[in-house]
Amino acid sequence: MDDAVAREPRALTGTLAERSTPRRAASPRVREVAARLALVPTVLVMAVCFYGSIVWTVYISMTRSSMLPEYGFAGLFQYNRLFNSLSWQTTFDNMFIFGFLDVVGTLGVGILLAVVVDRHVRFESLFRTILLYPLALSFIVTGLAWQWILSPTIGIEHFVRGLGFPHFVFDWITQPETSIYTLVFAGVWHQSGFIMVVILAGLRGIDPEIWRATRVDGIPVWRAYVSVILPMLRPLIVTCIVLIVIAVVKSYDLVVAMTGGGPGFSSDLPAKFVIDYVFQRANIGEASAAAVIMLGSVIAIMGPYLHFEMVRKR
Amino acid sequence: MAAATNQARIGRIGLYAFLVTTCLFFSIPLLVVISTSFKPLSEVRDFSVFQLPAQMTAAAWGKAWQSACTGTECAGLHIAFWNSVRIVIPSVIISVLVGSLNGYALSHWRVRGADTLMLALILGAFIPYQVIIFPLVKIFSTVGIFGSVACIIAVHVLFGLPVMTLLFRNFYVGIPNELVKAARVDGAGFWRIFLFIILPLSVNMLIVAAILQTTGIWNDYLFGLIFAGHNNTPMTVELMELATTSTGVVEYNVSTAAALLTALPPLLLYFFSGRYFVRGITAGAVKG
Repeated sequence: MDDAVAREPRALTGTLAERSTPRRAASPRVREVAARLALVPTVLVMAVCFYGSIVWTVYISMTRSSMLPEYGFAGLFQYNRLFNSLSWQTTFDNMFIFGFLDVVGTLGVGILLAVVVDRHVRFESLFRTILLYPLALSFIVTGLAWQWILSPTIGIEHFVRGLGFPHFVFDWITQPETSIYTLVFAGVWHQSGFIMVVILAGLRGIDPEIWRATRVDGIPVWRAYVSVILPMLRPLIVTCIVLIVIAVVKSYDLVVAMTGGGPGFSSDLPAKFVIDYVFQRANIGEASAAAVIMLGSVIAIMGPYLHFEMVRKR
Repeated sequence: MAAATNQARIGRIGLYAFLVTTCLFFSIPLLVVISTSFKPLSEVRDFSVFQLPAQMTAAAWGKAWQSACTGTECAGLHIAFWNSVRIVIPSVIISVLVGSLNGYALSHWRVRGADTLMLALILGAFIPYQVIIFPLVKIFSTVGIFGSVACIIAVHVLFGLPVMTLLFRNFYVGIPNELVKAARVDGAGFWRIFLFIILPLSVNMLIVAAILQTTGIWNDYLFGLIFAGHNNTPMTVELMELATTSTGVVEYNVSTAAALLTALPPLLLYFFSGRYFVRGITAGAVKG
């Protein structure tokens, strides 16, 4: 199991970085029409459904479209309107609040767990199974479960009051100032097991010589992790951060199931904002502008990352 | 010396204490939901999810499956369960096969523009769905299948395309090209080599990909909500309906049972195929 796991994260970063693999250069492949024909549907789908759709959305975000698409160019009209609306400002800020806390929390818990499991604990596979199972659950089930746990009427607050603390208050999920933070609990719970698995695979790939050297030098184990081992895994950690951030930008189901974006729009996130504006408020123009901002956020993260990875691989 | 071993022992104990506590924290949400689902209705009024049931009953499970209300209909989740099955099976088969075919074509054959296509696929794996959803609705309406099973299957295949292709392409790069060349010398063409050499060599990867896709598609909510249409709503969508439909007292025992019913297929898949599951999520993590 371990080598299977250990191989994959490299395959993952590999996919992102390499475009043409040098491995095949020695044995040139043959051309055949069938190979090209087999790829035609994929090329068409990517061109029309993915990139064609992006172009359309970007253009619509620069028109005055509301219920139906209109094609008269209107510059940044929708973006102006978007950033002047209170609900988008909250939503946009929420993306950064949730994103920052989710990255810090998930990465922190994930790395800590990976280091602990790396210390050759017994029952390792049992621990791993428990720590990773949330990932098999949908965000809908995750969100509902956490909504119930955090709800003041049936969750922790009610339970602790029953234990004899009648004035205990834990109502973050119903308060507009704090509801966004409750998403972090569920986000960290859902994803840190995954980060643990990826980091653990990296830790297992560390050259034993390095460990021997730290022991010879008398460096305490925790110090070796902090100053030697984890810095060696920096590329892998960066990959993890990118993956968490992408997940944050895409977060839709979790918000729907846990807070519904509320109270009001206090815990709304862009992914939900866009869907609401398209399908409930029938405001395609503003929704498209918000979607383009989402795309921009992903590009802002992915661009430097891909560049960094390609430079590193050379 | 003795002090050092003592210190080490304390360290070990601390390690296990931390792990056990964390595992407990990780399992609480599931345990809480399971325990609530076995409570009778009488214990659902004025209760906390952390209290264990005084009387165990499976009534809530029966109701969640057969007769709980989702919106205006009161037939439980069993119809939606079969909808999900009808959506997941073809979507998984098609997307896995297309992915492996693409991966094979991209790794063992010379195709003009292959690098461009690879880059387009990598970026495609990261594009937020929100940017393409509305145009897709328009496209499917134009074709005339919007809101049908075919439509939701097409959407899942479409969004699975980048990750599936990259997964198989990475895997096939590791298979020596000499195999393909030898087969060509023997007169086999593109398709024959795929069917009789490549596919039999990739059974493990096919399983990994199928598990990854099954979990992802079963757990999907957004696409099911928008593209599946009223007669084919998958289980996650109906679960949300069920959990938010209230007539007077909120029957949390039924909601939790419904959540567990929805979570059960991927959970079982996870517990019985751990190794493949882990390979899938780490390799397919591009999906985010």
